Amino acid sequence: MKKLSTLLGASLLSFSCLVAAPIQAEETQVPSTINWTIPFGVGGGTDVWARFIAPHLTKNLEGNPTVVIKNQPGGGSITGTNLFYKRAKDNGQDILGTSASTLFPFMLGDKRVRYNFDKWLPLMASPTGGVVYVQPNLGVKSAADINKLDGVTLPFGSQGPTRLELPVLIAFEMLGLDVKPVFGMKSRGAGRLAFERGEAKIDFQTSSAYLNSVVDLVNNDKAVPLFSLGVLNKEGKVVRDPAFPDLPTFQEVYFEKYGKQPSGEAYEAYSKFLAAGFAFQKVIFIPADTPSDVIAAYRKGINAMLKDPTFIKESAVQVGPYVNVEGIDAAQHLSNALNISPDLYKWVAQWLKTKFDYTL
Amino acid sequence: MIEFLSALDQILSIGHLTYLITGVLVGLVVGIIPGLGGIAGMSLLLPFLYGMEPSVGLGMLMGLVAVIPTGDTFTSVLMGIPGSSSSQATVMDGFPLAKKGQAARALSAAFLSSMIGGVVGAIVLSVFILVARPVVLAFSSAELFMLTLLGLSVVAALSGGNLYKGLAACGFGLLVGTIGGAPATGEFRFTLDIDYLYDGIPLVIVGLGIFALPEIVSLLVKDTAIASSKNKLGHGLGQGFKDVFANLPLVGKSSVFGSLIGAIPGLGGSVVDWMTYSFALNSSKDTSQFGKGEIRGVIAPESANNACASGSMIPTILFGVPGSGSAAVFLGGMLLLGIQPGVSMISTHLDLTYTIIWSLAMANILGAIFCICFTRPISLLTYIKFSILTPIILTLILFAAYQATRSLGDFILLGVVASLGILMKGANWPRPAFLIGFVLSSGAENYFFQSIQFYGTSWFSRPGVIIIAALIVIGFVLPPILKKRKEAKLADASDAEKAVAPAEEKQTMSYADLAIVAVFAVCGGYALFDVWDMAKLTRSFPIIAIAIVLFSVVMVIFKSVREKHQMTAAGLTPNLVYIAGFFGIAYGYYLFGFICTTFVFSLVFLRLIAKASYIKSTTIAVCLVIFLVTLGRVMHVDYPEGMFDEYLLNAIRLIV
Repeated sequence: MKKLSTLLGASLLSFSCLVAAPIQAEETQVPSTINWTIPFGVGGGTDVWARFIAPHLTKNLEGNPTVVIKNQPGGGSITGTNLFYKRAKDNGQDILGTSASTLFPFMLGDKRVRYNFDKWLPLMASPTGGVVYVQPNLGVKSAADINKLDGVTLPFGSQGPTRLELPVLIAFEMLGLDVKPVFGMKSRGAGRLAFERGEAKIDFQTSSAYLNSVVDLVNNDKAVPLFSLGVLNKEGKVVRDPAFPDLPTFQEVYFEKYGKQPSGEAYEAYSKFLAAGFAFQKVIFIPADTPSDVIAAYRKGINAMLKDPTFIKESAVQVGPYVNVEGIDAAQHLSNALNISPDLYKWVAQWLKTKFDYTL
Repeated sequence: MIEFLSALDQILSIGHLTYLITGVLVGLVVGIIPGLGGIAGMSLLLPFLYGMEPSVGLGMLMGLVAVIPTGDTFTSVLMGIPGSSSSQATVMDGFPLAKKGQAARALSAAFLSSMIGGVVGAIVLSVFILVARPVVLAFSSAELFMLTLLGLSVVAALSGGNLYKGLAACGFGLLVGTIGGAPATGEFRFTLDIDYLYDGIPLVIVGLGIFALPEIVSLLVKDTAIASSKNKLGHGLGQGFKDVFANLPLVGKSSVFGSLIGAIPGLGGSVVDWMTYSFALNSSKDTSQFGKGEIRGVIAPESANNACASGSMIPTILFGVPGSGSAAVFLGGMLLLGIQPGVSMISTHLDLTYTIIWSLAMANILGAIFCICFTRPISLLTYIKFSILTPIILTLILFAAYQATRSLGDFILLGVVASLGILMKGANWPRPAFLIGFVLSSGAENYFFQSIQFYGTSWFSRPGVIIIAALIVIGFVLPPILKKRKEAKLADASDAEKAVAPAEEKQTMSYADLAIVAVFAVCGGYALFDVWDMAKLTRSFPIIAIAIVLFSVVMVIFKSVREKHQMTAAGLTPNLVYIAGFFGIAYGYYLFGFICTTFVFSLVFLRLIAKASYIKSTTIAVCLVIFLVTLGRVMHVDYPEGMFDEYLLNAIRLIV
């Protein structure tokens, strides 16, 4: 049932976007105060992202509305998102900021999830990338030496089987690496600490964390980067990450090792969760019933913001050199990512059960 | 060295100081109002923070974060409400001191020790940060697990002579702490399919329920002022300072210990107060006054918690991994200022690091001075008839509880935990043991499985593990030996008897005891049934906790059967009636709207039950509403809106 509604939700989402988008703006105001619900605590990644964007939104939206960030943490963002689904007003006053941990439980059919993306439109999505790296004492200098890792058990500090690491764990398996995840890390940062202690032999960080904390390790020969997760281009194809142009993508490494392009259910699952977790890591949603002229005003403001040179400059520093997706593009790609077929769902559930003894 | 002095020069500039003081004032307000914590303060400062000069912004943030453990002492001492998780141990002796009419003494001692603790922490930080990286990295999951064991071993000292009761309470705390997702597998346990329980029970709720509400209810039953006996020590400010100077070695040890524990990421500051508390207990000649108003029981945790806040800056600055809740807030602020934590903070940005450290020291000093100025007037509150204060305190508690997850579940759970708290208080079961078990539960489980998975069985031979294990053994063996030597020294035999006075209490058994035993046994049994079929890594730890609970409960029963005891009435009926009333009122706050109910309830309660005059009742009720509305507007705090609040707020908006 859950899967069916997921499917239905995703298709409705894309449909409603196509309907809503072409209606042109009249002179209707965005409310003077916008409540931006962030279903995470203060100081977390999504919160910092929202607080970085908020002043730019104020600057670029018509009438320069005040943007108030409302943190509603709990349930790894499920609680706050449920509340938003139930209570958000559809006059343009309420918007929502989500992260991978909002999309994953929805895709995995978590029974606490009461939200459905058919009632919301994505206004903009901020992508991120990620890099996998290993200890230097394994004798690996780059991804070209990946065969040297065959038969080596690689402990990996992870938050949990259904967290942001999910696609990365699938990637490890596809590459035939013997990765032994140790769950219960409080954050990706805690996983990195385990790596720095030498407990973990392989680790993975999102782009900004990698740039800030791991590049130093690499320069001091304390870590060797293997590959990046790549980014989706406009056509939805994976290309090299602009932040790490020298690193091969997962697909390149796979091709190198097996001489063929990755495919099959594992790869399909990998791609979906990669898109939801990274290409659309942070999304701004607005209730779809919001008057279309107000939505158009939002779109205009966001479009102006994304073209604003100060925003582009500061954004490159804060989140990396990624292009934010907006409007119909965002809706289209997002609904593709969220659309998990019953067969694929079965595969993921089976994989989690056999691999980690985790029951969905 | 140049950076060190230039940073000092910088923070002494007018601009920097102004922002620092702003941060300190916000931090104090946020600390004083229970349940808010650094996060609310941040939301107030953040709009200014963005785009600020980094060193100035850091000073303001540091001011905010550093003084929260100073400000939260007020409610801990005066009302028995732990202002935040770092001042739970302060309640143990601070509140009894207030009841003795020595609130000012307890507060001034607390503030002075906070100041010293904070400054010592800053000094430790400034030296340690340069060499801390390898030390912090030396603490792997195995050492962290041993540290949680060290924390748990404190329970023995806090059990007040009845080890099995302490063990049972601690085991139950461990069990309650396992509610929610299992760290090793991500599976959920004991959620009863209630959304609220998936996240586990918030610490704030447990702290408020187990300590604050039972105290308040029993004061209500007595209906006197908090300070039931007249203070014979003058206003007590000077006495508090004297107490601190008389116990300087304790202050020093607690501060250094606090800052080192704070420096280890992953343990958090929530137990450091209990560890130093038990340390004070073990190192005191006369332990009879602990829990009844012993000033050393206030000085030790207060020195440690500010020092811990300083120490927790080390992993935050060096690794970007926050060591505590308020450090996480600080980290968020750093990122917003565009400063990235990491090694660069001691290589290229050393000046910023020293700015942080100087601001930390300065904030601790300023914060303590501000607090001391307010101590005298505020401590007069304890002389007011308690029923007058009740609506204010109840509103504060409900407010604090609601900030935990902002749902009705907060209120319900608070009532449930408070019922347990009342039973435990009535039957003299050690409540700190329960709290410590609860706090350390997830850490103990998580680090245990992590160390097994990373190191297999070889983790036990790591040098760090052996050292901490030795410390734990010393903690068990040394105090009894010292005590025996002391007792031998004491010629006066009657004094020695006083020290083991709780032995007498063992022989009474009340219905409250039976109720607790029944609750523990039933919950343990149910939990065992519930968790039996789950994955091995999901069920192992809860089963250990259940085993501790059931074993101790059996021993408690066995002991009471074997020893002669008297069956006494618990005398808790009025308390339980009040708790039933609490459920009703809390639901009213949720159903009708928080602000409206505050107004109506205060008015009715003050006029009809406290028998205050109309003018007095109305003034208090109106002031409470103004307080809540202002807080809501300034800090964007949310309340349950209920049926009527929206109309009330709209009406207020029309006027103001």
